Amino acid sequence: MPIKWEYALLLILTTALVTLLIRAVPFLLFGRGQKMPDAAVYLGKILPPAMMATLVVYCLRSIHLTQYPSGIAELISVGVVAGLHLWKRNTLLSIAGGTVCYMLLIQNVFAV
Amino acid sequence: MKSTVRYAFLKSLPVLFGYVFLGIAFGILMQQAGFPVWMSLLISLIVYAGSMQFVLVTLLSSGASVVMTAAMTLLINSRHIFYGLSFVEKFKAMGKKCFYMIFSLTDETYSVLCSVRPEDKVDQKKAMFLIAVFDQAYWVAGAVAGAAVGGILPFDTTGIDFSMTALFVVIFLEQWRSEKSHLPAVSGLISATAFLLLLGPDNFILPSLIVTVTILLLCRRKIEEKTEVRGDAD
Repeated sequence: MPIKWEYALLLILTTALVTLLIRAVPFLLFGRGQKMPDAAVYLGKILPPAMMATLVVYCLRSIHLTQYPSGIAELISVGVVAGLHLWKRNTLLSIAGGTVCYMLLIQNVFAV
Repeated sequence: MKSTVRYAFLKSLPVLFGYVFLGIAFGILMQQAGFPVWMSLLISLIVYAGSMQFVLVTLLSSGASVVMTAAMTLLINSRHIFYGLSFVEKFKAMGKKCFYMIFSLTDETYSVLCSVRPEDKVDQKKAMFLIAVFDQAYWVAGAVAGAAVGGILPFDTTGIDFSMTALFVVIFLEQWRSEKSHLPAVSGLISATAFLLLLGPDNFILPSLIVTVTILLLCRRKIEEKTEVRGDAD
């Protein structure tokens, strides 16, 4: 092991604690008995679609539009997922289809 | 009762492959960096944060400082601040399980929980708890397997992590169908894309989310007019 295990444990606990605190912020702010402010309730209701859009972009963040073939496999596969889902509306089928498509593309067609 | 377990399992199924194989990738990385199996297990049990765990391997290997580690965690996981907002009341109603629900609110679990509809005829609290537990079980199993037997998988799994992207795309489309106002989805998409192009892949997510939240707060009246037509659902 590259470092002492006591020190490793300290870093692990730090990461665990900070991650938990981040996830707990809304509950620390609004979870104590009294009613949540209207604005927070409103945000909680409408944020999920905005977060989902952000997460899709986050997943595709390492695409370089100027470097061939970076991003082609991703864009095709996202298209396959969306197409399958609009057609059949079967969550598992859409995810499996898109993932298999992506794996085939980057392992064979766009293999580095 | 059985149907709730079945429901939760089916809901968590899209996360299974992504988490198992990402977990394995993490375990292999830990093993290659020279860390024991129990440490991969411990990290997946108490940290439980996808991309941050990969960064943690680097931090551990280089013996980074506590402050540096805390700062990196803050930066990488900041987006999680917003997840709880949608679940404050629901988690509070879950009693002791509330703590675990907050702790286990990863990108993927959050997304799947968002897709649990009140119309689905199951015990909602139990279903949400089981989804959270199943998801972490996949992750932990992958991490331990990767750290223990890493690298001897019988087939090439390169690209299997795309299933997480696919999961987000599917839930995005589902929400698009059910939401009356598309402004949240559209502003999230435009803001994230704009900030990605502007700031690059490492630092765009927090500024992008702050702008999105600001836009949504400013457009509150407009969005509420649209959504309240169908009655106060949820």
